Amino acid sequence: MSELPYKIVIGLEVHVQLATQSKLFCRCSTQFGAPPNTQTCPVCSGMPGALPVLNREAYRMAVRAALALNCEIPEFTKWDRKQYYYPDLPKGYQISQFDLPMSQHGHLAISDPKNRFEPKRVGIIRAHLEEDAGKSMHDEQAGTADSRIDLNRCGTPLLEIVSEPEMYSPEEAKAYLTELKLLLTYLEVSDCNMQEGSLRVDANVNLHIPDPEAADGPPIATPIVEVKNMNSFRAVERALHYEADRQWEVWQESHQRLGDVPKQTRGWDENAEITRGQRSKEESSDYRYFPDPDLVPVVMSAKETAEIRNQLGELPAALRKRLEETYGIKPYDSDVLVNQGRALVDYYIELAEQCGDGKLASNWVQQDVLRLLNEREISIDDYAVRPSAFAELLAKVQDGKLDTSRGREVLAEMIEAGLSVADAMEKLGIAEVDDSELVELCQSLIAANPKIVADIQAGNLKAAGALIGQAKKQNPNVNPSRVRELCIELSSEAS
Amino acid sequence: MSLLKKSAVELVSLLRDGELTSADLTRAYLNQIEEHEGTIQAFLHVDREAALQQAEDLDRRRAAGENMGPLGGLPVAVKDLLCTRGVTTTCASRMLENFRPPYDATVIARLKAAGAVLIGRTNMDEFAMGGSCENSAFQTTKNPWDPERIPGGSSGGAAACVAAAMAPLSVGSDTGGSIRQPAALCGVTGLKPTYGRVSRYGLVAFASSLDQIGPLAATAEDVALLLEVLAGHDPLDSTSIDAPVPRYIETVRQPLEGLRVGLVTDHLAEQLDPDVEAAVREAVRVYESLGANVEEVSLPHSRYGIATYYVIAPSEASSNLARYDGAHYGYRTDESALQAELAAERAAAQSEQEEARLDTPLVRMYRKTRSEGFGAEVKRRIMLGTYALSSGYYDAYYLKALKVRRLIVEDYRAAFQKADVLLGPVTPSPAMPLGHFKDDPLGMYLTDLFTVGANLAGIAGISLPCGQSREGLPIGLHLQAPPLEEERLLRAAHMFQTATDWHRRRPDFVASED
Ligand SMILES: [Zn+2]
Repeated sequence: MSELPYKIVIGLEVHVQLATQSKLFCRCSTQFGAPPNTQTCPVCSGMPGALPVLNREAYRMAVRAALALNCEIPEFTKWDRKQYYYPDLPKGYQISQFDLPMSQHGHLAISDPKNRFEPKRVGIIRAHLEEDAGKSMHDEQAGTADSRIDLNRCGTPLLEIVSEPEMYSPEEAKAYLTELKLLLTYLEVSDCNMQEGSLRVDANVNLHIPDPEAADGPPIATPIVEVKNMNSFRAVERALHYEADRQWEVWQESHQRLGDVPKQTRGWDENAEITRGQRSKEESSDYRYFPDPDLVPVVMSAKETAEIRNQLGELPAALRKRLEETYGIKPYDSDVLVNQGRALVDYYIELAEQCGDGKLASNWVQQDVLRLLNEREISIDDYAVRPSAFAELLAKVQDGKLDTSRGREVLAEMIEAGLSVADAMEKLGIAEVDDSELVELCQSLIAANPKIVADIQAGNLKAAGALIGQAKKQNPNVNPSRVRELCIELSSEAS
Repeated sequence: MSLLKKSAVELVSLLRDGELTSADLTRAYLNQIEEHEGTIQAFLHVDREAALQQAEDLDRRRAAGENMGPLGGLPVAVKDLLCTRGVTTTCASRMLENFRPPYDATVIARLKAAGAVLIGRTNMDEFAMGGSCENSAFQTTKNPWDPERIPGGSSGGAAACVAAAMAPLSVGSDTGGSIRQPAALCGVTGLKPTYGRVSRYGLVAFASSLDQIGPLAATAEDVALLLEVLAGHDPLDSTSIDAPVPRYIETVRQPLEGLRVGLVTDHLAEQLDPDVEAAVREAVRVYESLGANVEEVSLPHSRYGIATYYVIAPSEASSNLARYDGAHYGYRTDESALQAELAAERAAAQSEQEEARLDTPLVRMYRKTRSEGFGAEVKRRIMLGTYALSSGYYDAYYLKALKVRRLIVEDYRAAFQKADVLLGPVTPSPAMPLGHFKDDPLGMYLTDLFTVGANLAGIAGISLPCGQSREGLPIGLHLQAPPLEEERLLRAAHMFQTATDWHRRRPDFVASED
């Protein structure tokens, strides 16, 4: 990365729909997927005379998110009208927050388990609350006759989180988004579903290029481009890579600096894997913000803010640290577990506690549990084996009564047939083999395989593997590691 | 006919005692409307059948022993900007010519619950912008005292219908004087309540921080009766005040001992018609004779009121009226004409660049819809407000106006240290001839000189008849009181009406009928 002749500078604007029951300024439901225009009322459809009334719960939820982002919460905020014309905006203005946002000056810590960048804090300039617009199925060029507008989404609470331009690679941007999504999911303030539009990302990107004429001076900044239409975090990453390359090429040709041209908006084309320039709307240049006279300022006491702060619960960063310290797992593993959400972490913790080996539990959860959850697209709540039964299984593995692959077979039986560990083992015919029986078996193998014994005696311990195979053929229930141990021991005794 | 000269308070008691049915009373008013509406044109919409239906329902309920509510079958006229479920609510605009709201304004719901018969929808200046009713897209209401003159506005129909005895009670709205000014010009009593006293939910907004709904009637007592129904906290209006509603009707007849009246000297200074000044000075003597103490007070920033108002009100209006864009409801320009127009422009374009500069169909739809749907005054104010809020001008206009507004609030606070009510004229002159302000919008704006202060400061104000000009036109007295002191205002007004009979004077055609 550091070999690039420029630094890419990224700031992200994230819009998150809050998971409230009702809209921000009326009592309509926010449920996704209802038939068009069935969740509207005079207020959210912008009828003459209708007036907004703040949904205090939405405000508290926004404060919850802002506090988790380490933002300052002022005691006094107000609402402003952002004015522009569009068919999905029935009032001709959006109720938003302009100069007194409900929170500002926060940060989000990010790190990369793959160590592609150093752990860092990304500054949050502000997070403010506003109402969502409706959905326009409107083709401006085709004319107005066939426009269709669904106002169900209109008035849904949106939290706009604006980062500082402090991310210097697409990987950092992706890590920021991943961590932000995880945090908001842990807080239960949003489901952050990008497909349903409850999380939307716009990126502001430009390049900082060392000034060839003043090596120690400030770098040259290229014009900032806003990138839209990115429908997944992966798309964000790809769009940013593309945009950096594109801007570098443009710079080499034009040498345009920040301020030389108006800010450009480009849309990511997922199929073509390029960004395309969008028609700039000249009307949107002046939103004529002014305080909404229909709403009163919001006052939130320091006491109420403190109450919300106390109810934040354990957030992902703290949880990762606790898992590492309590269960001795590595940052990579705590990251994988925590990123799966609180329910999976709770499952892991219960399992680790019961089996007493956090690393073993972590391995099994990551390799076996997660694989199945992904394959079947189910959540941990629907996973058939509860931690207590799982711990029983792991105890057999810990005791050496089951090897890993045998353990997996047992687990599969437990899942498919809903059996207990004991029943599953019985069904598979796994019986514990008496040690004296095992010694007898190994002795017979030693006697029958002088060549292998010679190899072992010569120091090639791997040769014992062949004996294990033979032992298993004779009795599938033998413990391979014990067989290995015995065979090596008996070989050295043999002459 | 004599029925129509009775006060609303008298009529309610007749209705309550079963000496009068709501149907008979409603029919009497409907007949009066039928007879004189051709001249006065106070109503945009009267549904005779629907009104009688409501009256008969109320009579049936009364017969069944149900509580009829405080209005108990009394007809009430409503300004055509209060949303009423299923009833065309036009704001006197082409834009809303066919608009039927799917919901009731809170005051409409309160009127219905109080047993009102909604007798008709009164004319107004389009979107309440104007002071003469001449800005109505549909008709010009005439002053019942002289049909060659304006009734005032914007609640011109609301005031004229009371003066013409077409309704005993009427609901208007006041953004800069829109209840008090027409009440003064039509010789009736009209009250602008404290901002937040009456819910604005369902009032089609002109300027949200100034709009307030209020009652008009012949007397202060009748105004008290209606205000008690309209006032009260509403969870649907965030700016509504959560304070108990006094029993205005029970206290209105109690005189105020040791009343301190502040004569607003700034309002007696310039441009005041001598007849108006004489009537106001006479009113001062009336109060003195009633034992009040009159002292001169000053509202030094009052002279900036008009300038302040005409920045703030249009700014808010430019935003409030943005929703009328043809996309969701209301007027929309003719689609095929629009497409044909654009096709012709595309064909005539000399180059691709020129073609690219043409409006998209959506933008053209917005432009044409708003150009065709709004009248000249509404467009003038939208432009004023859009300009005042534009980046680069916001601080110089809108923000400056907010600062002056605070100074005006301070003026009132200081004045109310010295006086319980402030007294002055409502308008600089009696009703002007129709068309007087046709080419002089600024002249029209200046008629709000004495009234805008109460809106900017959010306080209560009342207009009551206090004399007549040489031509026999009514003159209004303006009383203002601190926030939530409507009770004081009504009692002061009633005191005046016990000592004078200006409020009983009616235009000849009403007085002569019997
Ligand atoms: Zn709604």
